[in-house]
Amino acid sequence: MFENVAQLWDQLPLIIRIVASILVITVPLLIGMAMLTYFERKVMAAMQLRQGPALVGPWGLLQAFADGLKLLGKEVIIPAGANRVVFVAAPMLTFLLALVAWAVIPFGKGLVLADINVGVLYLFAISSLGVYGIIMAGWASNSKYAFLGGLRAAAQMVSYEVSIGLVIITVLLCVGSLNLSKIVEAQKGLWFFIPLFPMFIIFFISALAETNRAPFDLPEGESELSGGFNVEYSSMAFALFFLGEYINMILMSGMTSILFLGGWLPPLDIAPLNWIPGPLWFILKICFCLFCFIWVRATLPRYRYDQLMRLGWKVFLPFSLIWVVLTAGVLVYFDLLPK
Amino acid sequence: MVNIAFFVFAAILLASAVRVITAKNPVHSVLFLILAFFSAAALFVLIGAEFVAMILVIVYVGAVAVLFLFVVMMLDINFQELRQGFLRYLPVGLVVGGILAVELGFLAATQLIGPVEAAGGPTAIPPASELTNTQAIGHILYTDYVYAFQASGLILLVAMIGAIVLTLRSRKGVRRQQIGQQLDRKRDQVVAVRKVPTRGGV
Repeated sequence: MFENVAQLWDQLPLIIRIVASILVITVPLLIGMAMLTYFERKVMAAMQLRQGPALVGPWGLLQAFADGLKLLGKEVIIPAGANRVVFVAAPMLTFLLALVAWAVIPFGKGLVLADINVGVLYLFAISSLGVYGIIMAGWASNSKYAFLGGLRAAAQMVSYEVSIGLVIITVLLCVGSLNLSKIVEAQKGLWFFIPLFPMFIIFFISALAETNRAPFDLPEGESELSGGFNVEYSSMAFALFFLGEYINMILMSGMTSILFLGGWLPPLDIAPLNWIPGPLWFILKICFCLFCFIWVRATLPRYRYDQLMRLGWKVFLPFSLIWVVLTAGVLVYFDLLPK
Repeated sequence: MVNIAFFVFAAILLASAVRVITAKNPVHSVLFLILAFFSAAALFVLIGAEFVAMILVIVYVGAVAVLFLFVVMMLDINFQELRQGFLRYLPVGLVVGGILAVELGFLAATQLIGPVEAAGGPTAIPPASELTNTQAIGHILYTDYVYAFQASGLILLVAMIGAIVLTLRSRKGVRRQQIGQQLDRKRDQVVAVRKVPTRGGV
């Protein structure tokens, strides 16, 4: 049965196979994103001793879809002084960039759309492009609040990318390859979050800043910018920003699991644990990281802007630089460098 | 297939490069510049130089162009003033463009004649099929050209320090947060518990 399916699959034209695999990745991703908003509201409600969404569908499960439908039915408003082309292009760009990054994510052994040699660099490049959607939206809206939000986002994301880059370098030193599948394979037996624990923490905090999540959600600070870069957006344009932000959250959680939590590998390669298929482990790890994202949001107050910059440049950057040198030194001294 | 992709990306690259200098709004110029960088990266991918392509996107699009956009958006540029003085700058522009064209001609000529073997140049590079792009570049940078590589690093360091020296000015009367001092405070230095008599106040 399965062989027949596999044979049939191989006989299909390449373009159909690629489109089918793209759909197999994006459709669950979008549903997962909808579930994530529900999950976030439920978890935060539980932490604040509330009920959360409970009316639409069983246990409120369909709340996210109801919200999406509502946004779809809203009127699109483009401000009079706005730069129309850039204004419309910005949310599309954000959403597009959030999706294309998933092309290189390995969900299991061999389960990857594009197994390219420079997978980590590709992810890093795409995530560094994410700032354009926000900065373009802020500028094109022709509004002070949106513009300030966009500028904040630009400065913030550029600052935290630097330390993310150094964290990735320490992981690469231990692997000896830029291929994401090889990075996961190298963690067989010992996940990298144990030897590189400080880097794991720095990466997670930088991921919070990179996705503009609390406590670093200054670009959309409600209290001082009345909503930030997306104030002027309504309807589906707003929904695309929303989708982009949440898919980026899932992506950063996926990156954390691939770089530090062993991707699709089970914690121990023993009987009951390795019965669970790899993709399921991967999804479980992503869910764990997402829970931490939400936990942080429900717990911590927002950073002040200068504190944010200080943390990025004066704490994380020197610390991760020292760790790069230290890791390289230890690897060379004990002759552990990957050949 | 690859040919079609090449022509598509090359056409986008040229068109956006032309728009960079013809666009009325400087922000649009920067956005077209970013599109040009991106298409150039795509061309690198097509010839199999994936590492260079990704570095191009990370460094130029992800960092340099963001700061560029940042500055252009912050400045209040008078578009009319920018248009003036076109004729005055034309000779300089023509000279620079001419030099670039001659250099391109040299490159094309070397392609036609075949590369010249440099004496004492890099040797003993393993066949390309065994190495990925990244390893090959690392191999060349850190073995054959290590001094040039370090020197360029030093030049960048000097540029960085220069930028800091140029912009650093110490102003008087600026209040700064002293994190160490804040953390050093003891409870009894800053908090006092008082019993306040009703209607008496402190």
